[in-house]
Amino acid sequence: MIIANNVSKQFGSLKVLNNFSVTCNKGECIALIGPNGSGKTTFIKTILGMVVCDSGFVTVNGFNIKNDWKYRSKIGYMPQTGRYPENMTIGQVLEMMQDIRGEKNQNYLDEDLIERFEIKNLLHKRMRTLSGGTRQKISAALAFLFNPDLLILDEPTAGLDPLSSEILKEKIIEEKKKGKLILITSHILSELDDLVTQVIYMQDGCLCFHKTIEQLKEDTGQTKLAKAIAQVMLKQ
Amino acid sequence: MKKVIKYVIIDILRNKIMLAYTAFLLVLSFSIFSLEDNSAKGLLGLLNIILIIVPLVSIVFSTIYVYNSAEFIELLVSQPLKRKTIWMSLFTGLATSMVLAFLLGAGIPILIYQADITGMMMIVIGVLLSVIFVAIAMLAAVKTRDKAKGIGIAILLWLYFSLLFDGFVLFLVFQFSDYPIEKLMVAVSMFNPLDLARIMILLKMDISALMGYTGAVFKDFFGTGTGLLLSFSVLVCWTIIPIWLSIKKFKTKDL
Repeated sequence: MIIANNVSKQFGSLKVLNNFSVTCNKGECIALIGPNGSGKTTFIKTILGMVVCDSGFVTVNGFNIKNDWKYRSKIGYMPQTGRYPENMTIGQVLEMMQDIRGEKNQNYLDEDLIERFEIKNLLHKRMRTLSGGTRQKISAALAFLFNPDLLILDEPTAGLDPLSSEILKEKIIEEKKKGKLILITSHILSELDDLVTQVIYMQDGCLCFHKTIEQLKEDTGQTKLAKAIAQVMLKQ
Repeated sequence: MKKVIKYVIIDILRNKIMLAYTAFLLVLSFSIFSLEDNSAKGLLGLLNIILIIVPLVSIVFSTIYVYNSAEFIELLVSQPLKRKTIWMSLFTGLATSMVLAFLLGAGIPILIYQADITGMMMIVIGVLLSVIFVAIAMLAAVKTRDKAKGIGIAILLWLYFSLLFDGFVLFLVFQFSDYPIEKLMVAVSMFNPLDLARIMILLKMDISALMGYTGAVFKDFFGTGTGLLLSFSVLVCWTIIPIWLSIKKFKTKDL
């Protein structure tokens, strides 16, 4: 579903992505792991077309993202820090997104998270008055709202309380069972254990390895993802 | 595209600065027209103020607005929308609101006191200037990441078009006063939309005789149908070129 081929990106003199190539297929749930500043978010933003890569190309569903923009209707994106127009209310933001996506059909919308996070009671609140956690909930609800085939979650549980974070994890597992491609970055490895099927490890903008989780555990001789990754990081 | 424009316009119309700008223009126009017993004189007074105020408000407000919509733009870019659509919607929304404010604030008084060809010309020029300076503001805002720097550049650009350019022209005239540079002056005026606008209206007011030989040359050029058409095309180019450059830049901008 996603094919990245020799993607490079430079910010000033800093090489954030260095000939990065990876292939992700439908039905996989992939953890994107790496130290801070290893280019995880930049890679995600490249897939979304928010960052334009210097060389190489990315295709989503077979479309080169450089010439196409409709592919984004198949993507649900939850940013690391959700930034929204400050003087709009939650209700207005939700309505605007539905309006822009042109999908007002109620049956098609997945309002599960809106209900489970009890966002309906907050619809009149202005975005600028929201706490970080509530913003994360809105971001999550928006990412799942349009029933996308591809979910990109950038640190989804950062800032969420334990209850909400559990709800979100349940939701991710449900969507995974429907055969969607899910891409997650997180530093809390313990919670990725029961979610992901594959691991992509990045360092300094390069791909270190792309393995299934069983393979990784076998190679390192550990049973927990967190310990396995810790061992990999130590070796380097 | 229509949907995005709708949200931009709703957002701008809620802004109190736009209301204040409209009210300010309205009070200004009515007071100038009622101070002068001759409405043609009133129009001349209004011209000088409009040539200062309209570009200043257009360029500064638009630049600040684009920076303040950074979140909105970021949100839209990750959605299935073309970047060109997002940028053009932002431009159309800003331009429409500025034009609306000008028409309400200055257009209505002009139509009441001086509803002839000169008045009409003044309204058209005011509308064009609003749009041109929104376009220039969008270019300034997309080129610089830093908000303070971007607003500074916008104000400098306004200063350049309304003061520095005239100083440069004056310098040119004095230095080369021995040569026949009147025709060159026509060409130079094309490089500043404000000068072009001023000349076009002054010539419509039939006071070009006050400007000596240069005035006669201007009259010869701008007074004809072709000259008028050409100057309007130049003003339209002043909108299209900045906005085209800014789209080109925005398409490859990292957010």
